[in-house]
Amino acid sequence: MANSIEMTYREALTKSMQEEMDKNADVFLMGEDIGRYQGTFKVTRGLVEKYGARDNDFNPRVVDTPITEAGFAGIATGAAMAGLRPIVEFMTMSFSILALDQIINHTAKIHYMSNGVVKCPIVFRGPGGAAKQLSAQHSHSMEGWFAHVPGLKVVAPATPADAYGMLKTAVEDDNPVIFYENPGLYSIKGMVPDDPHYYVPFGKAVIAKEGKDISLIGYSRMTHVNLAAAELLAKDGIDAEVVDVRSLLPLDTETIFASVAKTHRALVSYDDWRSGGFGAEIAARISEECFDDLDSPVGRVGGLNVPMPYARNLELLCIPDENDVVKAVRKLL
Amino acid sequence: MAKQAVKKSPESKEQLEAYYREMLFIRHFEEKSNVAYRLGKIGGYMHTYIGMEALATGWLHSIQKGHDYVITAYRDHAHALILGTDPVAVFAELMGRKGGTAGGKGGSMHIFDPHNGFFGGWGIVGGHIPLGAGLAFAAKYRQEDRVVLNFLGDGAANQGVVFETLNMAGLYDLPCIFIIENNEFAMGTRLEYHAADPELWKRGIPFGIKSERIDGMDVIQMKKDAQRIVDWVRENKKPYFVEVMCYRFAGHGAADNDRQLYRTKEEEAENMKRDPIARLKSYLLANKMVTEEVLEAIDAEELERVEKIYADADAQPAPDPDEVYDNIYSDMKPDLGH
Repeated sequence: MANSIEMTYREALTKSMQEEMDKNADVFLMGEDIGRYQGTFKVTRGLVEKYGARDNDFNPRVVDTPITEAGFAGIATGAAMAGLRPIVEFMTMSFSILALDQIINHTAKIHYMSNGVVKCPIVFRGPGGAAKQLSAQHSHSMEGWFAHVPGLKVVAPATPADAYGMLKTAVEDDNPVIFYENPGLYSIKGMVPDDPHYYVPFGKAVIAKEGKDISLIGYSRMTHVNLAAAELLAKDGIDAEVVDVRSLLPLDTETIFASVAKTHRALVSYDDWRSGGFGAEIAARISEECFDDLDSPVGRVGGLNVPMPYARNLELLCIPDENDVVKAVRKLL
Repeated sequence: MAKQAVKKSPESKEQLEAYYREMLFIRHFEEKSNVAYRLGKIGGYMHTYIGMEALATGWLHSIQKGHDYVITAYRDHAHALILGTDPVAVFAELMGRKGGTAGGKGGSMHIFDPHNGFFGGWGIVGGHIPLGAGLAFAAKYRQEDRVVLNFLGDGAANQGVVFETLNMAGLYDLPCIFIIENNEFAMGTRLEYHAADPELWKRGIPFGIKSERIDGMDVIQMKKDAQRIVDWVRENKKPYFVEVMCYRFAGHGAADNDRQLYRTKEEEAENMKRDPIARLKSYLLANKMVTEEVLEAIDAEELERVEKIYADADAQPAPDPDEVYDNIYSDMKPDLGH
């Protein structure tokens, strides 16, 4: 077992990308302000210096783009069709909306429409969900939109170690991967294996905390919210199990269903708008497959169905927290 | 506007005869596909290249086949055929058969053959233009001497992502040739009704891209211009923007049954005098390079060849139902069932 180092989620991402770039000359970064400016959330800090410019100002490994999401999503996709392995940063996932035609209608379909003769190994990563008072146009959770699309893989790690290992898996995957980072996680710290070959597989959920009374199922930031909720519930003698889904597409229903079979109750939570968010899909699967195991209906906690308001008190009202989870749990017990 | 045909072609008699044969092959292939569409053998959307044969022929004979990259929109049969894709597989794809270029999953609009440098075959107007620039990006990244032919229609020239791509191609010096196949109609909307300035060739200029308008109805001139531009891009490793004037003899797609909604029969008749195949035929005969009998024999041979291709393609089965889940991913299947 390799040694572990304590680092932030942000540092884990940077280290992971740098190691993948060192491993494979076909791996390069592309995005707005990721080079000279070091990234809006500083996830690409130091990389433009490490991989210098080649001719004139052109740095092939760390490509600063104009503010033109559809254009660079498409150019990176074309480069992937030719065998390169781009990691594309969206300054926020909210801006990926400008590139949806490229990602959904082109990137995701190339492999199928060509019946497998063209591959598209590409990663689109960036912060998704609310940060702090960025208001309506900058706070989208896009993971549910992407997880709706066959041809894409979608992952949303919650810890620095998973961010590190899942980004490596994403870069080495031959398919397009949406890599969702909640901006609230960038500064959290955790132990990360010091191993350039630490790959965390997709389609494997983990039990973040064992319990026997109810399964709290979530991903990304909500895993931490669910852990905090479990602590509150423990004070009342309720032993909650926390399932960190990690990977939305492929989805590890086996682990989720096994947890529900054990606890007989399930609450699915997500940051995205409650109505039609990806948690609704998880809840539907549990209802379909675990009906005989359930002692109560599958519960859901999601973001309020409103465009994200600016005022801090209203914003906090919209984003689900541990008290919302606890309240929902009490309804199910 | 259209330049006059050169008095004497630098191309050999054999080469010109080969172009003649190839253009006739495309013409017959496309006419047969129209017949198959009317018979219900082909469904969905299908767009033929009839009238525009000189354009793809000239360009695709100016590149290093299999080395350079080619990408286009949904009017894509001719590009694949000239690049060397198995014509039976192309026709089988039109009919949604197992042996099609994409196993029947793509159809007419989505022919792919990357082994011959052909990266599709795309259905969203203008949507593939950044992909073509991305192929050029890969060539630059790897310091290869490949060039990319990135074909689009005059209608696509108005899409926002095309302007975004031109900016980045200019910014990064991508070895990409943007080729507008200007057949004067965006579906049923005439050039003058869809472009604020119908001189589309000017649209490369603001991005520092060398730009020009040329004629695409004379294969001899087309080849000469295409070769000049391809050589320049390979040498200078910079993008190029070309508006190639042509005319779509057929409707927009096979389902376009009433061309008089947007153009007159007189206009069509006038433009059909520019038929690239008839033009090359006149040239070959006028210069006594070949006899009428030889040209007629070529015509008959290509017609027969297409009939055989059609029969071979039609003999193929539909895809197996369990193939529906294949190749969504390289390494996994999605969740199964309804």
